[in-house]
Amino acid sequence: MDNNKNWIDQRFPLTKVWNEHLAEYYTPRNFNFWYFFGSLAILVLVIQILTGVFLTMHYKPDAALAFASVEYIMRDVDWGWLIRYIHSTGASAFFIVIYLHMYRGLLYGSYKAPRELIWVLGMVLYIALMAEAFMGYVLPWGQMSYWGAKVIINLFGSFPIVGELILEFILGDYAVGDPVLNRFFSLHVIAIPLILVILVFLHIVALHAVGSNNPDGVEIKQNKDENGIPKDGIPFHPYYSVKDIMGVVVFLMIFSSIVFFAPALNGYFLEAPNYIEANPLKTPDHIAPLWYLTPFYSVLRAIPPMFGSQLPGVLAMFAALLILIALPWLDRSKVKSIRYRSWPYKVALGIFVVSFIILGWLGMQAVTPLYSLMAQIFTGLYFAFFILMPWFTSIGKTKPVPERTTEH
Amino acid sequence: MKTLLNTTLSAIAAMVISFNASASAVGVHLEAAKTDITDQASLQRGATSFMNNCSGCHSIELMRYNRIAKDLNISEADMAKNLMFNADKIGSPIFSSMPEDGAKEWFGTTPPDLSLTGIARGTDWIYTYLKGFYADETRPYGVNNHVLENAAMPDILWKSKQDKTEKEFNREVRDITNFLDYVAEPVKLIRYEIGVKVLGFLFILFILSYLLKQEYWKDVKYGKWRAKD
Repeated sequence: MDNNKNWIDQRFPLTKVWNEHLAEYYTPRNFNFWYFFGSLAILVLVIQILTGVFLTMHYKPDAALAFASVEYIMRDVDWGWLIRYIHSTGASAFFIVIYLHMYRGLLYGSYKAPRELIWVLGMVLYIALMAEAFMGYVLPWGQMSYWGAKVIINLFGSFPIVGELILEFILGDYAVGDPVLNRFFSLHVIAIPLILVILVFLHIVALHAVGSNNPDGVEIKQNKDENGIPKDGIPFHPYYSVKDIMGVVVFLMIFSSIVFFAPALNGYFLEAPNYIEANPLKTPDHIAPLWYLTPFYSVLRAIPPMFGSQLPGVLAMFAALLILIALPWLDRSKVKSIRYRSWPYKVALGIFVVSFIILGWLGMQAVTPLYSLMAQIFTGLYFAFFILMPWFTSIGKTKPVPERTTEH
Repeated sequence: MKTLLNTTLSAIAAMVISFNASASAVGVHLEAAKTDITDQASLQRGATSFMNNCSGCHSIELMRYNRIAKDLNISEADMAKNLMFNADKIGSPIFSSMPEDGAKEWFGTTPPDLSLTGIARGTDWIYTYLKGFYADETRPYGVNNHVLENAAMPDILWKSKQDKTEKEFNREVRDITNFLDYVAEPVKLIRYEIGVKVLGFLFILFILSYLLKQEYWKDVKYGKWRAKD
């Protein structure tokens, strides 16, 4: 065995990589509940890729065949129903895990120096994931797939002068049809997953270069023992690998409950109208994207058309997404963790989270005057969180940050 | 920290509950179908009823005769003899016996395929719709429907409604609804059962993974862990 290891090590840095990233990667000892979601996100990515491989074997990316081929998977392919339900549940689970992962970043200031790049890479990942999910949602070619695609793709037509050109470029046609389905299939199955995997790799390389933050926001590398090992660090393997295995099992229990007992989750994970084949001549009563995209859909609808153009809403929607990238430079606070932050930040974060959830809820509802007004108010609050951040993170009294991590 | 976690989780829980409350409503009041997919006798009666009353016009193309026979515990011989009207082979999909151009001429529209209606419309809708016919002389077949205004479909169950008691008639409609719910997602019959086993397995795995974690983390707790040199 040792001989084999030597043989490999002389040709590939196996032991080095193992030690650097697992056995001798020192991780703060005080991780809590919020620190499960990074490894869970990788788990879900793997689940999606594996189930996706098998779905691709049976799915037909053809406007005339796609809908029936999904039902063929559900009925005639051995265990096809399970693979598809895992994949469809996995899409929503991915966003649940990612939203909790991002919220952890907000709670403990994980995006602050020296981890700005980890945050930026994570945000690009998040945007790529949205594109991946949206394109995947189009593939079953049901009514919601079709009309959802139409609404979202048409947004690009609102750009002045070049709008029409962009639209034709995306559609490969003058309406949503077979070419869109084909190219979305290609992007969903190859291009974006490849980007996701590369970005995840970079995200982890950047993380392991600077080391993990923790609930106290203490830099454990500033307190090392005589061997140069952080006093508050423990090797990722075996301590966090066994802890994450436990987290994985709990996650799988919740995940399986949905897959086996409520795969549609009351229409939140799979919508009933999507069980009707796409029909370009029949507009559904109510078109809404799936829950994970609705906060941004709400922002889009909150901004009224100006000069007969939807452009302001579209720009606001993209701004709502892109402004998240600027977070590390908007936060002026001296401390990272919510435990030691001043009260204005705590209040602002609370308002932000509530606004985001309410925007998400509003995005699923049909528009009424009251809901429009609410969407405008909460869109305002959403942006206020970022615009006012340099101010509210620099006022108020912060608590002293301890030298070492604390026990809880 | 605990309180922060609790507030966050309860806020999410509250949102989910309010989502569900607002998810239904809109339009006609639908009667609860109260179907039970585990009731095999009901599914068998529903299959018989469907083949005799509905399959003349409506296909359930995504379903095969032998799949129904297998799932509902009907022998293939019985299936072929008594319930297979529109096909020769037991493995063929269930098409309707109506030619498409004929349907257009007779009803003004092609009767829709009902394979996924159990999900797309839901069981309550089907149940209320089938019971929702009323006399209306202005319509070509003399009936209209409360649930689907100006439906092109005649009240195919009128004879049952006339001959049977209300309770018996409700049962027949419920059986058809139940059958269509099964047809929309045949694996519903087995996925609960498998789900229970999977969760049982994961529960045992959880106990083991928890004990494993506790064992390793003893070192961390009592400060026994020391860096390798």
